[in-house]
Amino acid sequence: MAYEIVIGLEIHVELNTRSKMFCGCPVTFGEVPNTAVCPVCLGHPGVLPVVNAQAVEAAALIGLSLNCAIAPNNEFARKNYFYPDMPKDYQISQFDLPIAIGGYLDVGDRGQTRRIGITRVHMEEDTGKLIHKGATGRIHGADRSVVDFNRAGVPLMEIVSEPDMRTATEARAFLVKLRSILLALGVSNCNMEEGSLRCDANVSLREFGDTELGVKTEVKNMNSFKALQRALEYEVERQTSLLTHGERVIQETRHWDDAGGATTSMRSKEEAHDYRYFPDPDLVAIVMDPAEVERLRAGLPELPDARAERLGREFGLSDDDAKILALNKPLGDFLEETVAGGAAAGKAANWLLHELAAELNRTDTEIEDAAFTPRHLIDLLQLIDAGTISGKMAKEIFKTSFATGRLPAAIVKETGNVQITDTDALGKIVDEVLAANPQAIEDLKNGQERAIGFLVGQIMRLTQGKASPDAVNKLIRAKLR
Amino acid sequence: MEFSDYTAHALIEMLDRRDISAVELTKSVFDRIAEVEPDVHAYVTLTEELALAEAAAVDKRRAAGEALGPLAGLPVAVKDNMATKGVLTTCSSRILNNFIPVYNGTAVQKLYDAGIVMTGKTNLDEFAMGSSTETSYFGPTHNPWNIDTVPGGSSGGSAAAVAAGEAVMAVGSDTGGSIRQPASLCGVVGLKPTYGLVSRYGLFAFASSLDQIGPITKDVTDTALLLNVIAGHDERDSTSVPTDIPDYTKALTGDIKGLRVGVVKELMGEGIDVDIKAAVEASVRLLGGLGAEISEVSLPHSEYALSAYYLIAPAEASSNLARYDGVRFGHRTQDEVADMVEMYMKTRAEGFGDEVKRRIMLGTYALSAGYYDAYYGQAQKVRTLIARDFAAAFNQVDIIVSPTSPSVAFKMGAKVADPLQMYLSDVCTIPVNLAGLPGISVPCGLSGGLPIGLQMIGRAFDESTLLRTAHAFELAFGWHEKPNL
Ligand SMILES: [Zn+2]
Repeated sequence: MAYEIVIGLEIHVELNTRSKMFCGCPVTFGEVPNTAVCPVCLGHPGVLPVVNAQAVEAAALIGLSLNCAIAPNNEFARKNYFYPDMPKDYQISQFDLPIAIGGYLDVGDRGQTRRIGITRVHMEEDTGKLIHKGATGRIHGADRSVVDFNRAGVPLMEIVSEPDMRTATEARAFLVKLRSILLALGVSNCNMEEGSLRCDANVSLREFGDTELGVKTEVKNMNSFKALQRALEYEVERQTSLLTHGERVIQETRHWDDAGGATTSMRSKEEAHDYRYFPDPDLVAIVMDPAEVERLRAGLPELPDARAERLGREFGLSDDDAKILALNKPLGDFLEETVAGGAAAGKAANWLLHELAAELNRTDTEIEDAAFTPRHLIDLLQLIDAGTISGKMAKEIFKTSFATGRLPAAIVKETGNVQITDTDALGKIVDEVLAANPQAIEDLKNGQERAIGFLVGQIMRLTQGKASPDAVNKLIRAKLR
Repeated sequence: MEFSDYTAHALIEMLDRRDISAVELTKSVFDRIAEVEPDVHAYVTLTEELALAEAAAVDKRRAAGEALGPLAGLPVAVKDNMATKGVLTTCSSRILNNFIPVYNGTAVQKLYDAGIVMTGKTNLDEFAMGSSTETSYFGPTHNPWNIDTVPGGSSGGSAAAVAAGEAVMAVGSDTGGSIRQPASLCGVVGLKPTYGLVSRYGLFAFASSLDQIGPITKDVTDTALLLNVIAGHDERDSTSVPTDIPDYTKALTGDIKGLRVGVVKELMGEGIDVDIKAAVEASVRLLGGLGAEISEVSLPHSEYALSAYYLIAPAEASSNLARYDGVRFGHRTQDEVADMVEMYMKTRAEGFGDEVKRRIMLGTYALSAGYYDAYYGQAQKVRTLIARDFAAAFNQVDIIVSPTSPSVAFKMGAKVADPLQMYLSDVCTIPVNLAGLPGISVPCGLSGGLPIGLQMIGRAFDESTLLRTAHAFELAFGWHEKPNL
């Protein structure tokens, strides 16, 4: 039996603001533990939170870019529970009055674009990090645990989608698009491995035509797009198998084990948490001035949909190419910088989406970290355009340039590896080859065009590929005329 | 007369004239402390060495002709629920019996900047939860007027210290009456400022929406002097209000002609001791004699104030006190524990006293899913109604008066076993906190040798009118009684 898949996502995004959500400590990553802390984010007695205006602005920008309504009055509440990574033993978080509600995101997946609802965007503070010393690395069975509060109080945005996604790939496409928007806004580094972008998924199945939701599981610990897709596919299969065997899905939180390729139950007994939310009496309501909200809306940067449209229009790219480049902000930026440097957009895009993308993928490199920059690509394309190197040679030079960071022109200069376009020099070689292959000449004269390929190949071999195929072709035809 | 018996404003003049040095004054206060502290037990921590060093520094600056703060050289006691950098701050709780803050609270910092000499940290009901200063982990404070009676609470240590001459002035905190009620029981002046006038940064929170820091002093002029120093917006406290702070001493004109004074009908009836009622009525007549227009006002919802307070304050406390968990600071159980949860449970079971546990449980219950609307939500509605009652009353009058406490100081131990009786001690003061208004208690008589307090309530952020009225009353009443220790 086939079931309808219902997926909703909950995304947590750490902002890259100058300071934390409620104190002046810097937002850092990878610093010495417990150095980016103060009495406020350590929850010392007597301290009070003060809302970070830059974080509120970022939250509003996120809400606006997801087509949400910005709440004119929103407020912080306290979510009460005991855990040692949370200094106050309550988390300051928005509850019933979040900053943004009721938006949507249009997501394209496998040729189909669907509108996915955004329930809400709310602000909260991140927790510290627990490090469990001992065999398993998890809290159970640990000899002891230590805690790093550098992350405690970092502004965290929670974005909740409606359960509108119907496939694992669509959920992945949603997250890819959301990330591209957040990167376009510049509000977060969105690094899934470092945890500045975290995604939980609610998954359930139901029979087609049902309007009520089935029993859901919440899947956690998916640290890449690929992991999200794999985890969802696994979970859908697991639930399908349960249902088709007449068993029931248990509402629970499940942990994705990327290495094992499976989800496992995180909480064996279902504990209903009562967080005893109430408005935080240490803070006053956040009043959003409508004029300020309009100013923010007007100042929104170009978002991926608009960028794809523009790249297609200005650069004459295909829809698919334009979308890929718009969804991957650094790739799109790379292209625009290359074109601004005088390169032809079509050729540059082609190199980006194929050779460069493949090499980045092969070497597991982020484009921002690559030694090969727009300047390198401009240089390479100029060498091809000038006829100094052939397309085939360019691919080799690109690999060297990518690996070493040296400019293609410098590599060509050093190796002397240039295309031979000099008619006199080539003429001698062509004469030799023609003299050695009378049969091929005969074939060609008899209209067997294939023979010219053979002759060109012979010449290329003799020149170690340096001859310009174009020039050789012309020379042969001229000599045989 | 000892130096420690003088008011702050008198001592400021004496220091200015160099009739006395800050070191001499500080020594005299510590002499007094040595003499009476064994009976009174106003302090958790004394900081004599620090105080003498600060006093010497003030004298040096004065001798060098340098500019001095408005309270330079005055020995001031600080309630032990305010963060003092490098000085033990316990909230009179076992759970913080080893806690030394790394920062100064805003009010404390302002006092230091004004040049005070801190005598020490005064005793309180554990986490400021109580009306008798009997729930302190470090033992109770005794009322200087009769050491068999309580000083009130929770700022009982601060009130007793001022009454006994163990400090020239003190600061306390008031959540439901914790400044005014002990001031009343100890025969001194205590002001709870408007919510938002004084920064709460550094005040160990009990109930965040109700807590305010305020002065406890020998007279109204001293209160104005101290308020001048601690009032004002603080960007570290989002609930502190940006407002211009006048020189409150300038308001003390002695003239209240034409001022409209309303007596709260609901707080002059059942449950109020007859002597207290008589003293308040006499006080009102005195105000009338000074030219004030007297009338009666009604606060119809005040009968629900106590119930609302005992939902809101514990609810906030249950969350505010969660951080005392043994993980990062304060007491942690020394027992073997199986896991983290057991560590939490044992630490908190050992660290908190009964009254604190009672309120944490009350508050946790009030916020629980399914009960929130019926308890916390309903209490917030009552709070709104009480604020409206006051707003309506202030359409008719400028100052509202009532008793501060329904009884004078009671015998130690008398109400320990009966929390509800203890809670009733604050029946007159709690509505003022719920409405966020300023309230002051000034001495207005004696009953059985124990002081009676008159509560005056003003409009929000109109401390000037409130202090002017209290000052005019004080001048006319002529309170010169002192405890006989
Ligand atoms: Zn901090």
